[in-house]
Amino acid sequence: MQELTSLAAPVLPQLAKSPTGIEGLDEITEGGLPLGRPTLICGSAGCGKTLMGVEFLVRGIQNYNEPGVLMAFEETGAELAANVASLGFDLNDLQARQLLRLDHVHVDRSEIEETGEYDLDGLFIRLGYAIDSIGARRVVLDTIEALFSGFPNQGVLRSEIRRLFRWLKDKGVTTVITAERGEGTLTRQGLEEYVSDCVILLDNRVIDQITTRRLRVVKYRGSTHGTNEYPYIITEDGIAVVPVTSLRLEHSVSDQIDSTGIPALDEMFGRRGFYHGSSVLLTGTAGTAKTTLAAAFAQQVCKQGHRCLMFIFEESPQQLIRNMKSVGIDLAPLVAQGLLRIEASRPTLNGLERHLVTIHREVREFQPHAVVIDPISNLISVGNINEVRSMLTRLIDYLKVNNITALFTALVNTRTNQNEMTEEGVSSLVDTWISVRDLEGIGERNRGLSILKSRGMAHSNQVREFIVTEQGIELLDVVVGPTGIVTGASRLTQQLQEHAQHLATRQEVERRDRELERRRRVLEANIANLRTDFESVEEELRQINSEAETRQQTLLSDNRRIATATPPAAQAPAATPGEE
Amino acid sequence: MEPFTDPTPFPEPAEPEYLLHLYITGATPNSTRAVRNIKDICEQYLKGRYELLIVDVYQQPELAQQEDLIGVPMLIKRRPGLVRRLVGDLTDHGRVLKALGVMPPANGQNGHE
Repeated sequence: MQELTSLAAPVLPQLAKSPTGIEGLDEITEGGLPLGRPTLICGSAGCGKTLMGVEFLVRGIQNYNEPGVLMAFEETGAELAANVASLGFDLNDLQARQLLRLDHVHVDRSEIEETGEYDLDGLFIRLGYAIDSIGARRVVLDTIEALFSGFPNQGVLRSEIRRLFRWLKDKGVTTVITAERGEGTLTRQGLEEYVSDCVILLDNRVIDQITTRRLRVVKYRGSTHGTNEYPYIITEDGIAVVPVTSLRLEHSVSDQIDSTGIPALDEMFGRRGFYHGSSVLLTGTAGTAKTTLAAAFAQQVCKQGHRCLMFIFEESPQQLIRNMKSVGIDLAPLVAQGLLRIEASRPTLNGLERHLVTIHREVREFQPHAVVIDPISNLISVGNINEVRSMLTRLIDYLKVNNITALFTALVNTRTNQNEMTEEGVSSLVDTWISVRDLEGIGERNRGLSILKSRGMAHSNQVREFIVTEQGIELLDVVVGPTGIVTGASRLTQQLQEHAQHLATRQEVERRDRELERRRRVLEANIANLRTDFESVEEELRQINSEAETRQQTLLSDNRRIATATPPAAQAPAATPGEE
Repeated sequence: MEPFTDPTPFPEPAEPEYLLHLYITGATPNSTRAVRNIKDICEQYLKGRYELLIVDVYQQPELAQQEDLIGVPMLIKRRPGLVRRLVGDLTDHGRVLKALGVMPPANGQNGHE
């Protein structure tokens, strides 16, 4: 207590609070119930008022070492102990250890005869004795309104109850008073008049055949508090209130990358995968292999030695394992190694809040690296869109804060293309959004995958066709036809056409080559002819020349012979014949 | 209560007919009034036939839970017949007598239990 007071007073002395230890409630009340003052918990039947009171005491003992007194007006100690035993609260043991006192106050109108003036000192003495005997710091009065049925004199009763609360305040014990909700008022007997410090209203309502319990802090004097209605559930471990969000968008971020499990899909992301701790939404129409993509991711996470937690709402784990095996994703060994945990449940099994709390609990217990939920859109069957959205907001926040990569699949309506809550409600929350869809062509249906957004990294803008093979998912190369990207049979047609065209082109080229060759040959033949012609002419000319020369020689020698025969023109042997 | 082995035929010498416990809280006006009233009633109607025990709960607070006390003063009639619990300062003598199963001699309204 002392520590609390000092803790809560860093600047100005603020209202000291007594932590309840109830999951989520302390967050809403920003620390707990007002210390040393009474708090009224009111609600209709079946809200868990008594349970909340008991849990407040038990947590106080277990977590904060504050003994407590439970004064029960409706149930006997044995009944109470039996009722809360299922939650793991051993009241008998706590009583034996002098940490808890149970006092059943039996009020029976028929046994009591009023004979004059009286007061409720008996109750005060009992309570005072119980508190003092174990040094209790916490007191729960479970439905003090039962007194109204036993004592007809309301005037006395009201003033005594007022005095009781005053007295409890003076004793400095943190008190929880439960009360039944009345028509138009918070409590049937107007107890809220007397308890002015903190009033918590529990509500139990059925909407579309689904019960949701909600908690609201109606007032909290001297302190700020969450004002919304917060869903809460009663689990095997007690009450769990689900705060709308504890997130102030200040979670730390990771620079690590988680692979998608499909190499070609990794390639579509600028950094080859998702950021670790981000949330990924995978939307698609029916039968577009969303689960397969999700399983591939889970397998990849496990392959790297991390833990992965899958929540599936459509199949049983065995069915999932069998189905995934058929496409080359063998999950069974991963489950056996304890790396993969598959939690299957019907969405309608629980209310949304319970799903949320279950997921929280599993996540806390298993400490996974990544969480897969397949599909979130099924949850809509247990709540209206707003509720599902707020639940998903909380879930995404929770996982982000804990730096867990989350992959959600969601079914979108096929025909109308009317995007359900997933897209408008969740898409803004997620970091990465992958869309898979049918690419319906002539007489066939193919699957296409595209990345709609990926915060913090570049990504491909292509719609990639993918096929599910026995070896897993394969992304096919993009084939661009005359009217855009083509898939399936038209992809094949396109490929055939391209092949034919290619062949034709090659043939054309070859033909041209041959033509050229032919021409070259013709040319060469022509050249040879010409050369032959030339050679013959040349030869002829040469012959003529040589003949002429011979003739000249002959003529010259003849002349010389003539000269020697006539001596006077002696010294001009060969140089002068030209001048002649 | 009657022991089979008891050889004495009449039990009254040992135990008076009426056994009354009055629980009070100190000297509050209600408590003192209650003490005065019960003494008057006993002396007047049950003389010699009663045993009255007055307990101050402040002195023995553990009794409060044991006896399931809420409103005080509280008069508990242990005998004879059914245990009756009367809350208040016992000012309403008529009701007290009726609850104790004592016929008030003045008025003819005799209430059967």
